[in-house]
Amino acid sequence: MARQLNQMQDWARETRITHGRVTVLAVMMVLAMLGLLYRYFFLQVVQNEEYRAQSDRNRIAVRTVAPTRGVIVDRSGNLLAVNTPSFTLAITPERADDLDAVLTSLRDLLGLSETDIELFTEARKRRRPLSPVPLKYRLTDEELAVIAVNKHVLSGVSVLSELTRHYPEGDLLGHALGYVGRIGIDDIDASEKDAYRGISHIGKVGLEAYYEDALKGRVGVSRIETNARGVELKVIDRIEPVPGAHLTLHLDVGLQRVATSAMGNMRGAVVAMDPKTGGVLSSVSNPRYDPNKFVNGISFSDYAGLRDSRDAPLLNRVIQGQYPPASTIKPMLGLAGLNREVITIDTVVPDPGYYQLPGDPRRYRDWILRVRGTGHAEEMNLRDSIAQSCDVYFYELANRLGIDAIAESLDVFGIGSLTGVDLPSEKRGILPSTEWKRRVIGSNWYGGETLIVGIGQGYMLATPMQLAVATTALATRGTAFKPSLVAAVDGTPVQPEALLTVSAAAEYWDEVFAGMVDTVSSARGTAFGMRSGLAYDVAGKTGTAQVVAIAQDATYDEESLTEYQRNHGWFIAFAPVENPEIVVAVLTENSGGGSSAYPVARAMLDYWMSRDE
Amino acid sequence: MSNDFSRVAEVSSGELGARSRFLRVLHIDLWLVLPLLMLSIGGLFVLYSASGQSDVMLGAQMRNIAVAMAVLLITAQFRVETLRSVSLYIFLLAMLLLVAVLFFGVGAKGAQRWLSLGFIRFQPSEIMKVAMPLALAWWLSKEALPPNFRALVTAFAMVALPSGLILQQPDLGTSLLVATSGLAAIYMAGIQWRYIFSVMALGIASIWPAWVFVLKDYQKQRVLTLFNPESDRLGAGWNIIQSKTAIGSGGWEGLGWTQGSQAQLEFLPEGHTDFIIAVLAEEFGFRGVSLLFLVYALILGRGLVITWRAQSSFTRLLAGALVATFFFGLVVNLAMVSGLLPVVGVPLPMVSYGGTAMVSMMIAFGMLMAISTEKPVTRAMR
Repeated sequence: MARQLNQMQDWARETRITHGRVTVLAVMMVLAMLGLLYRYFFLQVVQNEEYRAQSDRNRIAVRTVAPTRGVIVDRSGNLLAVNTPSFTLAITPERADDLDAVLTSLRDLLGLSETDIELFTEARKRRRPLSPVPLKYRLTDEELAVIAVNKHVLSGVSVLSELTRHYPEGDLLGHALGYVGRIGIDDIDASEKDAYRGISHIGKVGLEAYYEDALKGRVGVSRIETNARGVELKVIDRIEPVPGAHLTLHLDVGLQRVATSAMGNMRGAVVAMDPKTGGVLSSVSNPRYDPNKFVNGISFSDYAGLRDSRDAPLLNRVIQGQYPPASTIKPMLGLAGLNREVITIDTVVPDPGYYQLPGDPRRYRDWILRVRGTGHAEEMNLRDSIAQSCDVYFYELANRLGIDAIAESLDVFGIGSLTGVDLPSEKRGILPSTEWKRRVIGSNWYGGETLIVGIGQGYMLATPMQLAVATTALATRGTAFKPSLVAAVDGTPVQPEALLTVSAAAEYWDEVFAGMVDTVSSARGTAFGMRSGLAYDVAGKTGTAQVVAIAQDATYDEESLTEYQRNHGWFIAFAPVENPEIVVAVLTENSGGGSSAYPVARAMLDYWMSRDE
Repeated sequence: MSNDFSRVAEVSSGELGARSRFLRVLHIDLWLVLPLLMLSIGGLFVLYSASGQSDVMLGAQMRNIAVAMAVLLITAQFRVETLRSVSLYIFLLAMLLLVAVLFFGVGAKGAQRWLSLGFIRFQPSEIMKVAMPLALAWWLSKEALPPNFRALVTAFAMVALPSGLILQQPDLGTSLLVATSGLAAIYMAGIQWRYIFSVMALGIASIWPAWVFVLKDYQKQRVLTLFNPESDRLGAGWNIIQSKTAIGSGGWEGLGWTQGSQAQLEFLPEGHTDFIIAVLAEEFGFRGVSLLFLVYALILGRGLVITWRAQSSFTRLLAGALVATFFFGLVVNLAMVSGLLPVVGVPLPMVSYGGTAMVSMMIAFGMLMAISTEKPVTRAMR
């Protein structure tokens, strides 16, 4: 009985102990389960949006669809820049069993260059995982066949069909159009990265670069559901790409051909403009290059050849070539002299063949001295001085105006200022003044320098485009528009934008025009040689820009100079004189003088004035 | 006093009626069996979705459940006294097998957990899951509670030996569960709180030496990744990031059955096994999770009631240890999938795919039912 009682007591005590433990365990369970429930509540309800977004990022892959680049056509709708289908060899590195081996066998099969491999390595750094990296563009049928046959050893290799830029006119418009090229590391900054997803090419120079934003279009995006292994399951939604805008140029391919063939092998630049709009009708820079070569990676040797050539074929001389404007500025200076009343229409200057400043023994020669051994005439007025390009008259005029008045007068014609043409990397030229010389050269202006500037030499430099604008301002009696290659973007006309105005009395304009008409039509005119058979009236002005300074008392002997030291020739013109339809500026490098330039202008004017419209 | 017990028992059995007597004869505890059935059947839906609508896996799991339920019923038929009398032998057998694994074990992925008898492969550690609480309950209830120091030393040795053997396989998850079942029995036996706190202090103090000398690199990586999953997005952090993403994107209502993108598009690893709660959370939302918690709460609650009502120290220790172990496995799984604990291989009880763990768990619940349906007179008559 006692044992049983003892057992009973033990039992009761042990029950108490274990019940206590169960109670504590129950409390722990409640706390733990509530805590965990809160954890799930926190993740699922409080942080739901974040995780939902994270889940979407997991499953949704964004694929880009490249837009079609805008086409460029000339004023008559001739295609200048188009997109043609081409086949591209690409490798998806993740899918290649042995990338190096694949590259090696491709090199053997297709004759890939080191440049191709380098560009491939470069492109690899910029792309998304699991996307193909282009290796060779524009596969030929033969190359396609080689790839197809060897498909089994080329893991990760695919052939993509895509549109690639093509310039049907080849080198005819290389400088104006520019070209597109594969996007390089420096071509776009981080903020533009999204806009270029899926796009492989970007406008590098010329119109292609200037109108990049319009031509590019907008990338299409499709959102695709993928699983963890990257397998695409279905398209969730899709934003179609927006094709780039089409550009219609003022440019006329026919006129461009005429200008190009008239230039022949001469280095130089030609620009023709519609004076009523500033529209650029033709723009030639010789020597030329074929922009097609750049589209899918020019070979290094080809590029080095273009880059290092002394003839600088990559330079667009129309906007980047800077030359002394020489006598082409004489009509503008004449107008300035009349306007500022330092001369009148009847002012005459004696021309003994040279000019001297009072108290200065130095003789500033007239170009005629070398030709005829004498000056132009005893009495030269403005009209004749323009027609015959009399240097002495303009030495005198320059002396009367002074350098700063000259600078102001030429500034209103746009010399020394950017024209704002719709091309990148335009040069500004130089319009010297006392202030300019102090600032740039760091010394005072000398009176003799004024005379040199008076005939467009010395420090003064201008681009052919600037002279075309200045000529427009003459032709229209004072109004020039900002030059523009593009006439319409996607059919919407680009409105002409006033660039500069020059005001002068009507009789002053008449007098200057008379001189410019005489240049072509009077027997002593410097461009008399282009007159025969002219079916319309032309106003023009020649210019002969010295490349090397001729020492005092030395003579310019063309035979003794190397080709690159010979004078440049200029010719500016507009036609018809009343209500002009076309303005032309021609520069021929190292051609000897203006007489080599006006035949180019004549050919262009003939073409333009006789066109059917 | 013995009459009091009899009367209580008679009153309660009188209230139960004929159907309950039938259940009682079969040793079925409805409050335990029903939630377990709900879990395993509900789990089938989740598994079907988590396995990518695999009929094969669904069929296999249904077979697992059928076997497990049979095991549950069979185990429940044992008399508690029988269980008690064989507990030491089962424990010794399990130890023997664990040692055998050490020498003859087979396995995969660098872990040696399986013993092959030619026609059947099994994990002795699963047997230890059952043997451990049985043996500890037997050992501790042999003498009066609370256990004296000598008994405790033996008890701790009985826990440490098999746990250590399993740990070195390596199988951290099972080792923890086995150790927990033994320690839970010691806790139930009334070990003094000062010992408990001392052990806890010792545990905290041993974190550093464990880190340096015991944990393997992959285990350390799991711990480190827990604190900063983003540090290794595509490696060890992947599981945690993806499971949290799956859980979090479920919201209140979930994305719908078989509609969870994390689970269906294979972003979630181990979605049908250890991480299956993430699939449930993604597809059924917080509502589904709450329901799951409720079912688990029913099971745990019933387990505690059974423990409370158990009539001998042995049965209370055993029941308490079994319930606590179930609880521990549950908490570890829920916490690791939601990023609160390092990833250790502990499945979600009754829901994760897999037969072995389910069977050993059903043996545990079978024993619980045996305890709950034990005739009260047995004890009183002794």
